[in-house]
Amino acid sequence: MAITDIQAFSHLTAADIETLGQELDSIRRSVEQSRGERDAKYIRRTIAAQRGLEVAGRAVLFGSRNRWAWLTGTALLSVAKIIENMELGHNVGHGQWDWMNDPEIHSSSWEWDMTGPSSQWRRAHNYSHHTYTNVLGKDEDLGFGILRMTRDEPWRPVHLVQPLANVVLAATFEWGIALHDWSIEKELLGTPPGLMSEPNREFGRKIARQVAKDFLFYPALTGPAFKQTLKANLTANFVRNLWAYAVIFCGHFPDGAEKFTVEQLEGETSGEWYLRQMLGSANFKAGPAMAFMSGNLCYQIEHHLFPDLPSNRYSEIAVRVRELCDKYDLPYTTGSLGKQYLLAFRTIHKLALPDRLLKATADNAPETSSERKFAGITLPSLPSSDTVHWLGIDPETGQRRGLRSAMREAKVVLKEKARQEKEMLREAKRALREKAEHEKDVLREATHALQDRARHEQASLRRKAARRQALWRGRQHRSN
Amino acid sequence: MSSKRGGFSVRGVREWLEAPAASVAERGGKLNVLRGAVARVTTPLLPDDYLHLANPLWSARELRGRIVDVRKETADSATLVIKPGWGFDFKYQPGQYIGIGVLIDGRWHWRSYSLTCPPNWSDPEAGGKRVISIAVKAMPEGFLSSHLVSGVPVGTVVRLAAPQGGFVLPYPPPEKVLFLTAGSGITPVLAMLRAMDRREMVTDVQHLHSARTAEDVMFGAELRDLHDRHPSFTSHLHLTGEHGKFALSDLDEKFPDWRERHTWACGPAAMLDEIEHHWRDAGIADRLHVERFEIARTAVGEGGTVTFGKSGRTAEADGATSLLEAGESAGVQMPFGCRMGICQTCVVTLSSGYVRDLRNGDEHREGDKVQTCISAAAGDCTLDV
Ligand code: FES
Repeated sequence: MAITDIQAFSHLTAADIETLGQELDSIRRSVEQSRGERDAKYIRRTIAAQRGLEVAGRAVLFGSRNRWAWLTGTALLSVAKIIENMELGHNVGHGQWDWMNDPEIHSSSWEWDMTGPSSQWRRAHNYSHHTYTNVLGKDEDLGFGILRMTRDEPWRPVHLVQPLANVVLAATFEWGIALHDWSIEKELLGTPPGLMSEPNREFGRKIARQVAKDFLFYPALTGPAFKQTLKANLTANFVRNLWAYAVIFCGHFPDGAEKFTVEQLEGETSGEWYLRQMLGSANFKAGPAMAFMSGNLCYQIEHHLFPDLPSNRYSEIAVRVRELCDKYDLPYTTGSLGKQYLLAFRTIHKLALPDRLLKATADNAPETSSERKFAGITLPSLPSSDTVHWLGIDPETGQRRGLRSAMREAKVVLKEKARQEKEMLREAKRALREKAEHEKDVLREATHALQDRARHEQASLRRKAARRQALWRGRQHRSN
Repeated sequence: MSSKRGGFSVRGVREWLEAPAASVAERGGKLNVLRGAVARVTTPLLPDDYLHLANPLWSARELRGRIVDVRKETADSATLVIKPGWGFDFKYQPGQYIGIGVLIDGRWHWRSYSLTCPPNWSDPEAGGKRVISIAVKAMPEGFLSSHLVSGVPVGTVVRLAAPQGGFVLPYPPPEKVLFLTAGSGITPVLAMLRAMDRREMVTDVQHLHSARTAEDVMFGAELRDLHDRHPSFTSHLHLTGEHGKFALSDLDEKFPDWRERHTWACGPAAMLDEIEHHWRDAGIADRLHVERFEIARTAVGEGGTVTFGKSGRTAEADGATSLLEAGESAGVQMPFGCRMGICQTCVVTLSSGYVRDLRNGDEHREGDKVQTCISAAAGDCTLDV
C-alpha cells in the first residue's frame, strides 16, 4: 500500500512540516512580489515567437512538394506546436500569467491547439490532478486510466498489453488527454448520459475544428501539395505528441515519484500538501533550450509546488527548493531525460505482469513505497527501528535526519540484509551439498559391499558348480 | 450550414463563416465573413491573434486604443486623447465613462474615466481623425492616475471598455439645467457642455463648480469661453480655499429656481450624499442625476456586502471569509475546484469594489479577475456571477 502517513514516511515532525510549508510560502510570496515587466516580456516574446514559427512553418509548407521544404516546414511546425502546447497552453491555462490582467493571456480565455477543449483540460488537470497529485483513486493521471503504473493497483489481464498501449498512447497523446479530460469533466459535472450534453457538444466542436484545420483546410489551401501538407501536419502533431508524452512521463513516473492513499488526504495540512507535491513529482535535467521546449516542466517538482507561478521563474525557484530539500534532508528526484524515461519505461513493462511474477511489494518497490518500508529494520544510526527516534536534529552533525538519510540507510540495511540472507542461503546450500556428498559416499560404500558380496557369492557358486561337475565326470568314468 | 429544408443557403454559409467572429459581430460588419473564414484555419486562435502582433489596435478580443496626445490641464491633471482601435462605437452619450487599462510593470491596471469629448468627435489636432478624450486628475496615492498625468508617453497602447453609464444628458436637453460639480467631477459635465455647444443646443444652463483654488480649476478657460459665447449658459466658480464648502442652503439665493431644474451632480462621495439628501427632502429626487466615480477609498477595509451580479443575491462577509464561501452561503452557484488557490476554476470578474487576496494581501479592484476561493471582500463589491 502506498503512503498513508506522509509524516511518518518523511521522517519529519509535524512542526518541521509546518515550517517547511512556511518556507515554501515565502518563496511563493517573493516570486509574486517580484513579478513584473521582465516576466511579462518573456511571455509576450514567447507568444510572438511561437506565432512566427507557426506562420513560417505553414508558409513553407506551400512548397511541400519539395523534399527540403517539407522537412523545414514540418520541423518549424513541430517546434511551434510544442511551444504552443507546453510553454503557452499548459502554463497560461494554469493561470501563471493571470497576474498581468491581460485578457488575451489569461487562464479563463486561452484556447490551445490540442484536440480537447482547454476548459475540460483545465478542470481535469488543474483541479483533479494538481489538487490530488498521486493519490490513488483520486488522481486519474496516474496511468491515465489505461496503464498500471503502481503495484497498488490490482493487476488485470488487460494489463498484459500495456507495452503496446504505451506506444499507442505516446503516438496519439493529444487524443488520450482529450478523452481522459472529457470523461473527467462529465464525471465532475455529473452529466447525464444524453448524447447532446454540453460537455459532449463542446468536445465535438473542438475536435471537428482541430481535425478540419490540420487535415482538411490547410492541406486544401496548399492546393496541389495537399497530400504532402497533410503528411506534414500529421507528422508535426505526432512529434508534439511524443514530446509531450515524454515530458509528462518523466515528470511523474520515474522511481522516486511517490504515491499516496486517500488516508493521507484526511486532514492534510498545507505543509503536508506541499510535501506530497514534492515527493510525488520528479524532475529531469535540462539546459535552457530543453527547459523552454518542455514548458519548464523539467522543473516538475517546482511546478507542482507552485502551479500558478510563471514558468520562467522555475529555474530560480528550483535552487531554493533544493536548498530546502538539503535542509530537511528530503530527496529531490531528478536525473537525465533518458534515465528518467527509462525508469518509467521499466515500470510500464514490469507492471504489465501479474503480481506473482514481481518480487517487491507496494511498500518497497522502485515506483511505490510507503512508511512501512522502514518498519522491522534496524537502521545503523539508531538504537532501534522505531521511526520516532529519527525525528529531529542529529546532535553530532547538527543536520536534520529525514527521509533522504532514512532512504539511504534503509537501502544499505536492506542490501546488507539481502546479502546476509544470500550468504545464509549459500551456507545452507553448501551444507546440503555436503550432506548429499556424504550420502552418496555411504551409498557408494554400500554398493561396493553389495557388489563384493555378489562377487563372492558368484565365486562360491562357481566353485560349487565346478565341484559338482568333477563329481559328475568321476561317476561317468566309473560307469564306463 | 444548411437551411431548414436541408439545402444550402447563402445565409447559412455566411452564418457559418461568421460564427468564429460572432462575439465581435456588432463591430465587424461585413469584415466578419472574412474574419470568420480565416478563423477556420487559424483555430483555436482568431485572425487578430496574429494581426495584433503587427498592430495592437487590431485586437478583437478586446478594444484597444493608442494615446495620441497628453495635454496638461492643471498642475495635477491632464487630458488624454486616445485613438480607439478597430470596432469602437463612437455613438456614446455625453456623460458616459469608459474603462481604460494601462500597462505598468507588466501588469494591466484598470480604471474608469468619464469621456470629456462629445460623441463622434474628431480632434483637429489629431489630424481630423475620430478620437476620444478623458481627463485624469492625479490623486494622492493614486498610483495609476499619477502615472497617467505625468508619466504616460504618447503612443502608449491602452485597453478600452465600451462607453457605459446612465449619467447622461438626454437629447434634446431639458429647458432648465443645473450642473453641480467639484474637482474632477467636472469631466462628465464637460462632455455634456461640449455636446450642447456642438449641437448648438445650449438651453438655460447654470453650472456651479467647486475647486480649491483658481489654479485647480480644470478647463477653466473653456468654461469662461462657453460662458461668453452662450448667453443662456452661466458658469459659477466656487473656490473652497477662500469660501469653504458650498452650502446647499445657499441654493435658494443663488439659483432661486433650482427646484425646477434638472440637476446633474458629480464630485466627492460626501458632496453627493448631501445633495441626494437635500433633493429628497425637497421631494424632487427624480430631477437629480448623480455620478459616483468609484467607491471612496475610505470604504476599503475588511469585509463588506458582496453582491452577485447575475443572480442578484447578496451576502455579508467579513474580511476572513472567502468570496466563494460567501457566495455559497447565499445559495449562489459558484464555480470551484481545489478551494486552495491553485486551479483557477473559481475565477470570476470583479465588476465593482475591492477584494483582497487572503494569501498575500494584494488588493484587486473593478475589472480584475479574481480567484474567489482565496479572496475576501475589502469593502462592498460586486462579482459577475
Ligand atoms: S477553487 Fe481552485 S483556485 Fe479557487
